[in-house]
Amino acid sequence: MVETSDIRVVRCGGSKVNLTPPIISSDSRFVLCTSGDLVKVYSTRTEEWLHSLQGHTNQVTGITLNPANHLQVYSCSVDGTVKLWDFIDGILIKVQLVEVHETVEIFLSSGLCVSACPECFQLVSVHLPKSAEQEVEAKEMSAVSSHISKNPSCTAFGRGGEYIAFARHLQLNVYFFRKQKTYSFSLKATDKKGAKNAFTCIACHPTDDCIATGHEDGKIRLWRNFIHKKEYTYSTQHWHHNAVNTLCFTPEGTHLLSGGIESVLVQWQYGAGNRKEFLPRLGGSILHISASSDGQLFCTSHSDNKITVIESSFKVCGVIQGLVKDAVLTDLMIDPRSKALVLNGKPGHLQFYSLLRDKHLYNLDIVQQEYIYEAGLDQFEVVKAAFDIKGSWLATVEERGKKSSDLEFFLKLWAFDERTQSFVLNTTITAAHTDRIISMCFSSSEETTMLVTAAEDSQFKAWCQGADADTQQDQNFWSCDFVGSYHKLNPTNCSFSADSSLLAVSFQEVITIWSPDTWEMLTTLCQPPGVIRDLCFGRLSCSKYLLGTTTKNLLCCWNLLTCELEWSTSVDVSKLQPDPFSENVAAFSYQSKHTDLFVFKPSEPRPLFTNKNVCSEKVHRAVFVPREEPLNSCDESTQWLNRSQLYFLTQNMDLLTFSTATEEDRMLSSSKQLVIDDSVAVTPFYLLLGKHRQQQQKLNTQSHPVSDKPQQTQGSVTIKELLHTPAHVLPAASVLCSMFVNSFLISNTGVQQDPLSWLT
Amino acid sequence: MASFKPTKVQFLPKLGEKVTEDTLYWKNYKSPVQIKEFGAVTKIDFSPLAPHNYAVTASTRIHVYGLHSQEPIRSFTRFRDTAYGGSFRGDGKLLVAGSEEGLIRLFDISGRVALRQFTGHSKAVHVTSFLSDGFRVVSGSDDLTFRVWDVPSAVELSSITEHTDYIRALAPSKLNPDLFVTGSYDHTVKVFDMRSGSSVMTMQHGHPVECVLLYPSEALLVSTGGRYVKIWDLLKGGQELVSLKNHHKTVTCACLSSVGNKLLTGSLDRHVKVYNSSYKVVHNFDCDASILSMAVAPDDEVVAVGMTNGVLSVRHRKHKKDKETLTSRRRRGPSYRVFVKGKNFVPRQDDFLVSKPVKQYLRKYDKQLKSFEVSKALDTALQTWTRTSKPEVTVAVIIELNRRGTLKNALAGRNEESLTKILNFLLKHIFDPRFSRPLLTVGDIVLDLYRQVLHQSPVVERQLQRLMEVLGREAELQQELLQVLGILDTLFASLTPRKEVLWEEHCPMSLNNHCVSVSSVSADVCRI
Repeated sequence: MVETSDIRVVRCGGSKVNLTPPIISSDSRFVLCTSGDLVKVYSTRTEEWLHSLQGHTNQVTGITLNPANHLQVYSCSVDGTVKLWDFIDGILIKVQLVEVHETVEIFLSSGLCVSACPECFQLVSVHLPKSAEQEVEAKEMSAVSSHISKNPSCTAFGRGGEYIAFARHLQLNVYFFRKQKTYSFSLKATDKKGAKNAFTCIACHPTDDCIATGHEDGKIRLWRNFIHKKEYTYSTQHWHHNAVNTLCFTPEGTHLLSGGIESVLVQWQYGAGNRKEFLPRLGGSILHISASSDGQLFCTSHSDNKITVIESSFKVCGVIQGLVKDAVLTDLMIDPRSKALVLNGKPGHLQFYSLLRDKHLYNLDIVQQEYIYEAGLDQFEVVKAAFDIKGSWLATVEERGKKSSDLEFFLKLWAFDERTQSFVLNTTITAAHTDRIISMCFSSSEETTMLVTAAEDSQFKAWCQGADADTQQDQNFWSCDFVGSYHKLNPTNCSFSADSSLLAVSFQEVITIWSPDTWEMLTTLCQPPGVIRDLCFGRLSCSKYLLGTTTKNLLCCWNLLTCELEWSTSVDVSKLQPDPFSENVAAFSYQSKHTDLFVFKPSEPRPLFTNKNVCSEKVHRAVFVPREEPLNSCDESTQWLNRSQLYFLTQNMDLLTFSTATEEDRMLSSSKQLVIDDSVAVTPFYLLLGKHRQQQQKLNTQSHPVSDKPQQTQGSVTIKELLHTPAHVLPAASVLCSMFVNSFLISNTGVQQDPLSWLT
Repeated sequence: MASFKPTKVQFLPKLGEKVTEDTLYWKNYKSPVQIKEFGAVTKIDFSPLAPHNYAVTASTRIHVYGLHSQEPIRSFTRFRDTAYGGSFRGDGKLLVAGSEEGLIRLFDISGRVALRQFTGHSKAVHVTSFLSDGFRVVSGSDDLTFRVWDVPSAVELSSITEHTDYIRALAPSKLNPDLFVTGSYDHTVKVFDMRSGSSVMTMQHGHPVECVLLYPSEALLVSTGGRYVKIWDLLKGGQELVSLKNHHKTVTCACLSSVGNKLLTGSLDRHVKVYNSSYKVVHNFDCDASILSMAVAPDDEVVAVGMTNGVLSVRHRKHKKDKETLTSRRRRGPSYRVFVKGKNFVPRQDDFLVSKPVKQYLRKYDKQLKSFEVSKALDTALQTWTRTSKPEVTVAVIIELNRRGTLKNALAGRNEESLTKILNFLLKHIFDPRFSRPLLTVGDIVLDLYRQVLHQSPVVERQLQRLMEVLGREAELQQELLQVLGILDTLFASLTPRKEVLWEEHCPMSLNNHCVSVSSVSADVCRI
């Protein structure tokens, strides 16, 4: 057993930015949003991530501007604290502990009051004490109601915090803080037409006594006169065909904004009946809308982890995109050119995400069809993708139809275009196979590219790129080169060896080895029982080994020279991932409700590194990402992380990675260095020269410990004074001159010492 | 934000013949001009000089036509019996022709009366030609001899009897005045050298030779006879290079195009075939009757074909000029002001550019799809012009509606007229393998929707009857195809007994699926 102390699992980038409504600073320059346990500050103009407010230890669940000071922001978190920040400089001002037992979710809607929901979802008002101390405990609490929905958008403050409106199922409640009284209004469970009347969101008019509520059937109701229990009225407007996700009044209250799954932002004119404007195709269903305090900018956050900044003239002016990982169907891949992580993004797209900068690079539209935002519609999704070794070709499979009877899929091949620096569609193959494609891989040789697809129609096909001889045109499209099958068994996996001289295709329990040059079947390998789940060849010095995992908890390693089983162990491997830069292979195994990681070389069955209990879910997707600069750790247990880093995606769609102690040290030291001297702009040039100068200074002080130091400091002080004082307050030059010259003279003590030393 | 993505029309390449540059080149001829002659047209020869008139030998006359004239500009009629083999001299001023009676006549192009008559052959002379020096004429006759005549003195220079049957083919060398190639019904092709006075090379064609032809380089020789066209390499001592069997009746004539030296052969089976340089057929002209003679004008301007029924069909090449004049006449409008003005303005370096948003132009059905008007979009896609000339657009819209889950809505609530349109479209395209899958879904949905009311309309009922018939036929056909595939499979299996991997055609599974779905729909129809 290797000790695992200095390697730990780290959650890395790409947290949700769409969990809570984003807020826009009052000068419309910044957008703040929660992202995991951070609050991120973005610029509205450039869409750049400026900095983040770091300090919470758990998921941040709500942010709001301080009504007393518009440069400060309150944030609250599941860790039970409310923090006050200066968001421009990123300084923590105040921490308030809220004593809530078993906090599930806290959200914050106004500086006056914190609404907290403990386990049973109670609305609690907490008075934040005004004291100068940095850390304060807020104890003054009063429960408002327990009839509250889990959805935070079903609660809203009205008219400068005079009342709070909250809804649950079919009941709308309004609580007045002054009177400490709740009025409740309820709707019938079903309307005449069988409409679903449940409340989905609430917004209160900023100046008028009006509450807008959104409903599951897409209706928007405007409630008025709710101060009276009986004489209340409401008017209904209907445009959305599905549930209204969010509502928002503009700060002046002239417009009401609404959004839902259709991904259309609708602007209703307040008090003008049905007059409305639309902004369609924003991408992803709209989850939250917020408006800036001057009403010039709107922000919508979408289900595809995106924040859109919209001008009040209904023009999109910025998009802040996070990593989309809601429904990842493809494997995790690395684009060989940009070293970006590639996976499913927006529906029908592949996203390219830079892990180093934690930044979304771009989306590649694969399906190229209009996406219809409608619940329960079966649309094309990218299910498989593969890059060739140079990154000049990308193969994708898109699929539609869950049942196999009306399955539709396309195999597409994309060529990298140097001029536009993106992938361009080269070939679309409509009926590549007669059934679903299970596995796909490119050959790994640099000269010729070949794609192999294995499908459920018990065939595998090799696709080659070639010009048509008859037409004599130089079109490089792809065509089928070879169709292979083995005893009508369904293939489960395919893999090329490192030099692509061999192709291994597994058919249920049997692995067949083919030569791609002649398409001759060389041999078959079989280790029953159990269907082959994963297949990979060894790399570099271990290229003579072939690894396979079966569904019956077996990890086997065959020697291809002797065609014999080299070793096998009983591990339930859910994912086998070879490192392209070394011999190492990572295997994730799922046993008794937790996942273990083993890293080993195919040549020896003893693992190099073992990490028990990496996470509690199954791991099906993992990838080795090459490092920009290799680490040079000599420790045996961390050596496998020297050249590349292992990222993996759990079933809960958390992207995790391993980080070593040396790496963290390096990061810490670099951040410290930045903190020490903040008077000078820290440029790479400065860092370089600064280091050099420090070394020189050290040398100097060692050689001339006495004479050099005072002289330097004195001279520098005078010169500084001379140069830094503004010209109009300086005395006459004649006065200065003697002072200036004097400053160069060596002080008396030094002079006295020197002759003495000469004498002795 | 993101703009509307228009419906993608799947472009599916048609199976079968591929369009190559050769096919495009040879397709580029106008429809033929038919000229009626008095009898079977046995020989056509183009003048090598500029206006490129051509002499057509038919019955007892030789007519000379201009390239674009349909009336003969000159005719030689002083033959007592059928004339044969009228051919021009290298300078285009003299014409020589044989005849059934054995006389050979020499005409001046501008005169009417024969300048010379060569007498000596005892039987019909079918082939005559000038040797390339222009002073001698060679002729081949049914009396098994061929003779060489001196033009100035009209005397016979030599007579050689080497063939053992009628001589029906002759090709003089253009590079050497003493060489010529003859072909005869005795199945041989011989190369003669006048200097030695005998044949220097003999090749066995294997069938009565109807035509011989020398390539301009004179390294390759083409002989036709029977159903075969054979290419011989003269530099390798007469080795057979290729033997082509593309006609199903006797190949009577062959000629070379002047652009790229493509070989053309005409046959009694009424086809003219064009071969590419690797001797694959790239194009095919169909004619009304059996072809006896054929010639291609220099620059391939004209392809003239003579047939047994006495019709001379002349095809002229299309030129771009003609097309341009046609289109330029059609287009007239505010072209510069609307389309060009200001578009070619190049901004200077310090100009501040305000770009105008590019307007996205959508097709009508796309506009309707954008506003979710599904029935209207389907109507638009089913308009007569789209439906007939671009069925793939209609099918693309149907697929798009299916993807949106609104195909049923779009098909519902139609009257008899629009339902007939849809059913007609189904009848026409349901078997096209490119379209059958979405169209079968449409058929299913239509049957589901209108099951109750179908009986009220006799028109729709009749169409459904037809649809059922057609589907039944298709299902039978698929069944048979599957049987054939089964037979083939057993054949393949027996051919490769030891190999474990079976080579399989791509079709069985898809056919099977197709068959099943076809039969399910036809079963549906039957129920109604």
